[in-house]
Amino acid sequence: MTLLLVVLIPFMGALLPPLVIRSGRNTCAVATGGVTLLALALLMSHAPAVFSGEVPKAGVDWVPAMGLSLSVFADGLGFFFAAMILVIGLLVIVYARFYLSREDPMGRFFAYLLLFQGSMVGVVLSDNVILLLVFWEMTSLTSFLLIGFWTKRADARQGARMALVITGGGGLALIAGLLLLAQAAGSYQLTEILSRGEMVRASPLYLPALLLVLAGAFTKSAQFPFHFWLPHAMAAPTPVSAYLHSATMVKAGVFLLARLWPVLAGTEAWFLIIAPAGLVTMLIGAAIALFRNDLKGLLAYSTVSHLGLMTMLLGLGTPMAAVAAVFHVINHATFKAALFMSAGIVDHEAGTRDIRRLGGLMVLMPVTGTLALLAAASMAGVPLFNGFLSKEMMLEEAAHTSYLGLDLLFPVLATVAAVFSVAYSARFAIGTFLGPVRGDYPHHPHDPPLGMWLPVAVLVVPVIAIGLFPGPVAGPLVALTAAAVIGGPLPDYHLALWHGITPALVMSLVAFAGAAALILAFRRADALRARLPRIDAKAMFEASTGMFVVGCRRSLVALHDGALARYMGVTVATLIAVGGYGFWSATHGAGTRPPLPVTATALTAFLALVLASGGVLAFHGERLTALILTGVVGVVVALAFLQFSAPDLALTQISVDVVTTILMLLALNLLPKATPREQSLAVRWRDGTVAGLAGLGVAGLAYAVMTRNGTSISEYYLTQSKPGGGGTNVVNVILVDFRGYDTFAEIIVLGIAALAIYALLDPALKGAAVRRIKAMLPRTESRDAHPLLLVVATRVLLPLSLVVGAYIFLRGHNEPGGGFIAGLVVAIALIMQYIASGYGWAAERMKVDAQSMIGAGVAIAGLTGIAAFAFGRPFLTSTFGYLHSPVVGTFELASAMAFDLGVFLTVVGVMLLSLAQLSRVAHRVDPSPESREPMDVQLERTVPRTAGGES
Amino acid sequence: MTPLDHMIILPVILPAMTAAFLVLALRHHLKGQRTVSIVVTALLLGIATFLFAQASDGTVRAYRLGDWPAPYGITLVLDRLSATLLLLTAVLALCVAVYAAGGVDGRGRHFHPLFQFQLMGINGAFLTGDVFNLFVFFEVMLIASYGLMLHGGGPARLKAGFQYVAINLLASVVFLVGVGLIYAVTGTLNMADLAMKVPQVAEADAAVLKAGALLLFLVFATKAALVPLHWWLPATYAGTSAPAAALFMIMTKVGAYAIIRVYGLVFGAGAGPLALAAAPFVIPAALVTLGVGAIGLVGSRTLRDLSAFAVIASMGTLLVAIGLFDTAGLSAGLYYLVHSTLAGAALFLIAGLVQEQRGAASDRLLPAPAMAGETLLGGLFFLAAIALVGLPPLSGFLGKVMILQAAQAAAIWPWIWALILAASLVMTFGFARAGSVLFWASGPASESRAPPALPLAAVVLLLGLTVAWTLAAGPATDGLQLTARQALDRSAYIGAVLGPDVRLATGN
Repeated sequence: MTLLLVVLIPFMGALLPPLVIRSGRNTCAVATGGVTLLALALLMSHAPAVFSGEVPKAGVDWVPAMGLSLSVFADGLGFFFAAMILVIGLLVIVYARFYLSREDPMGRFFAYLLLFQGSMVGVVLSDNVILLLVFWEMTSLTSFLLIGFWTKRADARQGARMALVITGGGGLALIAGLLLLAQAAGSYQLTEILSRGEMVRASPLYLPALLLVLAGAFTKSAQFPFHFWLPHAMAAPTPVSAYLHSATMVKAGVFLLARLWPVLAGTEAWFLIIAPAGLVTMLIGAAIALFRNDLKGLLAYSTVSHLGLMTMLLGLGTPMAAVAAVFHVINHATFKAALFMSAGIVDHEAGTRDIRRLGGLMVLMPVTGTLALLAAASMAGVPLFNGFLSKEMMLEEAAHTSYLGLDLLFPVLATVAAVFSVAYSARFAIGTFLGPVRGDYPHHPHDPPLGMWLPVAVLVVPVIAIGLFPGPVAGPLVALTAAAVIGGPLPDYHLALWHGITPALVMSLVAFAGAAALILAFRRADALRARLPRIDAKAMFEASTGMFVVGCRRSLVALHDGALARYMGVTVATLIAVGGYGFWSATHGAGTRPPLPVTATALTAFLALVLASGGVLAFHGERLTALILTGVVGVVVALAFLQFSAPDLALTQISVDVVTTILMLLALNLLPKATPREQSLAVRWRDGTVAGLAGLGVAGLAYAVMTRNGTSISEYYLTQSKPGGGGTNVVNVILVDFRGYDTFAEIIVLGIAALAIYALLDPALKGAAVRRIKAMLPRTESRDAHPLLLVVATRVLLPLSLVVGAYIFLRGHNEPGGGFIAGLVVAIALIMQYIASGYGWAAERMKVDAQSMIGAGVAIAGLTGIAAFAFGRPFLTSTFGYLHSPVVGTFELASAMAFDLGVFLTVVGVMLLSLAQLSRVAHRVDPSPESREPMDVQLERTVPRTAGGES
Repeated sequence: MTPLDHMIILPVILPAMTAAFLVLALRHHLKGQRTVSIVVTALLLGIATFLFAQASDGTVRAYRLGDWPAPYGITLVLDRLSATLLLLTAVLALCVAVYAAGGVDGRGRHFHPLFQFQLMGINGAFLTGDVFNLFVFFEVMLIASYGLMLHGGGPARLKAGFQYVAINLLASVVFLVGVGLIYAVTGTLNMADLAMKVPQVAEADAAVLKAGALLLFLVFATKAALVPLHWWLPATYAGTSAPAAALFMIMTKVGAYAIIRVYGLVFGAGAGPLALAAAPFVIPAALVTLGVGAIGLVGSRTLRDLSAFAVIASMGTLLVAIGLFDTAGLSAGLYYLVHSTLAGAALFLIAGLVQEQRGAASDRLLPAPAMAGETLLGGLFFLAAIALVGLPPLSGFLGKVMILQAAQAAAIWPWIWALILAASLVMTFGFARAGSVLFWASGPASESRAPPALPLAAVVLLLGLTVAWTLAAGPATDGLQLTARQALDRSAYIGAVLGPDVRLATGN
């Protein structure tokens, strides 16, 4: 389990730095270092086992269903990489403590760094491919945060985004690749997959899996043509560059190729794709590095080149090349991290990283200079340094490589790359540290505090030690790691300084000679380069992503133009298409039910319906006319209900129609009177066609339904209405009993609507809205707002209407009626008071609050339903009984009536609230004094005013 | 019946009665409303947890309203699927209520009653076993969401609200047409009864029934914002207040849920000539939805627009999984559903906070003076973005991988993989751009106050739940596999609703 902790400790420890930063920067760095040290110690506790050939494993299940487990293993490869990540991490933490300035939020920096560290250790120790993917993408994300650490710098933000898109995108391809790989191998555990190489290579999924895995590896390890993000990641603080972008994260791709080497390597495709990709990257990286003036830029391209070198070696597919790759990973990590830190020191102390403004620093900063020169010598591949050894091995392998029959391709290009590599190393060393001391550095340079150069020194130690005594110092580690990569017996190799006169030595000598010439002729070479067309990857990336954004924005605006008519058009067209498909793709037989005879009444109603509908279409611009014509539709529908023996529905339809018409009229009063014509004739034809087809479709379906005899559950309602529901009015029993739950929800719909109207119109009562409506309203109004006849009639009718309402309510269970209709009738009666006598007059006399009525209605209906609980029955179970009263005689009392009362109250409340709120708006817009005439005789007022004249 | 048996109906009537109480008694008392609303929502969470635990035994429970036998009365059905969604709704609702109590609820009237009614509608839709009753609860949801959507006012909100209600009313009409056609052929509205009768449809009636089924599917697809029926979503989600948008995260899921119920069960694999009626449309449309979401996300100019398109993209991903109509797809989809609800809600709430903090610049994706709490909000945004894009280590990644794995059952799986992964890349880019502008590219600090505590707590809670969902992915997926299996099991459902004898009669 301690192996799992190696991965988890950095994550848990990431909480620490932001917490302890208050105690000072030293404490913060010590805490971070302590976390890393702890992880390292735990890892090292497995060292004896690993070196004795065991493979420590640990794990817990995470999501067994998807094959994801939190399992880790430390074979030679994983152990080596994890150790490297933690050791260099420790050095970087020390270095960063002194590198970061006071203004930089160090707590956050170290938290990000630890998150990265955990992710990276996770990548190299994962035993589960999905877990590996998790950590892989997390390195991209944490790298995004670290590159963008100086958030206010535009180049940092751009660099961070570019790195995220490229490496994160590669990671997405890797998801697909590793899933396919797991599928081909039949396991998600790497330890299993590694033993099933034959099976995988024989699988048809091999090639797609390989290509997708390479997409992940190449992006991460900055292989051509995905190399361009790495130099721009240099906008990060130097500790990040040293850690992520030279020593660890960019090696994740190389690691992955090494990890999967036993499974994927050894095929034509592997060699043909990877080896040249590595070779080209090595060459291009080295060539560009030579001409970079920014120290970090130079080192970044050098890193690209070295990553190419490692990739090429792994791509060659021979065990010997794999050993060389592993050895170079070790060597590169040491000298390159040292060089990045040195570059950071130079930047820190001299105030610039521009090679053209530097030189002669050896005198001013001897310690840094010495260390940097030693590391640079290793980078150049000078004998006695570790870089020399692995480069020799690389050249040796290249010398024996024939690509598609081209024997010279690899040896020549590798030598050319070596020429550039020596040259840029020399340029780095000479341009920065050698030559005369200058007087124009932005700062006055001197050696930094111990904390900054010590990590460099620690890294330079192995550079020399391995260089001098490769066998004893690095031998066991290389053997261990290489064995894990190859997954079989190690080739016969010998880590040594002197192998005799080999092709590699000759190539090396050529490289040194060529580099010397190149350095001497640098000015001319640079001038030549300046004349070559320059490919600015960042500008291209920014331009293409910019174009992508613009493209997205344009298509977004084109698609979502906010035109409801178009949205509706597409929606209805979809309905027609899919509905039509549904109909035509299944079997259909014409209905057998004979049609009813066409009576004169039916024909009249039909024509009225058609005319009214057509009228609405023609006059929809004139809203009042359109509203009245819709009323005709309502009446015809009500008549149809009557015709087919549904008086309840007819009554409901009529009253609903009346109420909505009244409310709509009130609302229309506050709206513009006409609709502007906005659309061209062509658009209207198009929309008309769509709408017409939809109408025909619905009509056709309705016809199909009406011409067939279906059996349905309605028989049950007819037979059970009286014995089970206690009422003979089946419609009412359905409403309040069989499907009382629907009704309960529907009255709530009404209630919500009223509350929403209330809330919606509330802001309309305020100044700005009122002014807008005022400006819009016509100035001419009816002279007589409150006609005498109407006022008198409504007031006289009020008690009568209320009695009718009560009557309809009470008889509802057996005869047409019920709470819903009664509510509408009463609401109409009350609304008429408002219309006839004005809002103020009526509101003053309305003692019951409409909102309370809604609340009470819903509550009563709900409580009636809940009451059934007391009898151990489900919600809304009804009961009924017969009461005998001396006066009225026997009458029925059903619990459903209480429910119906709730319905009644809600309906009345809803209508009144909607009306009241509309009227309040109207009243605000036109706050003329209310009419108290003609019926309210007020004794104190002696001079009567003319009725309605003041409005 | 024991009192505990009534627990099934409580997720509907508790919020309904609470809303009525708030209107009756606490209309002018915002603080009281807040307290009652939060307490009741917490209570709802307790009830949902109880129901979830109850449903975990694998039994499908029916609750016959009015004590009428099915299929004549309305039946509520509690199974693992509905219990899961009830629990998710309650969790989300509690976070939203807490956020709203930070002050948004005071910007208009009746926030809390509308909120409670909304919960009633959502819970009702998840519980019902009756197609017409589903319509009724869709109406409750629609009208309550309309009220919530407009809450606080403003012309942009009003315009978006009008489109929202217009498109959804069209959907309601089509719902009625669809239900009408289905009823005309089968003579029943009860889902279990339908599941029995649909396979036996007469040859002459199949066309009408299938037309009805597909029209109904389009209604659910509209609710689920499946392209090309998604028009209402971007402006609505981006136009409304943060808590309303966060709560609406569950509403698109109601559409997805209805698709699972009706097209996994009634018109599912066992539906004879109409088997898997909607299946040919779901995955292709879902892939287009994902694409539209990703492109819209990059093209957005405000954080709220971006969030809305992230929702569309996540609905696309979700419906790819559901469209597989098999156990693996459904369980992956359900895992993703929970994830995307929590993460999406968090994103909307963060967008709300950003909008408040940035003052005049609002949530436009342009540099502005640094806001107070930039680092904190940026960090929360980073987490929410990771979750929504589906990058590791959060649940979005796990859900996405599960969907990729399940998608291999489909013939077009390479397309599904390519589109899902490409969309992830595009979304990564979009989120990175937006985040770096909002939280990194800011100028000198403005004089805004630190973000308010309650809303912040709600965001942290939601993201914490996302993390918990990630950590608990193992047991969660185990449970969801059972849920998916049960949801696609016709005989258990029919047996629970119509009685075991019927199950024997159907022979499956």
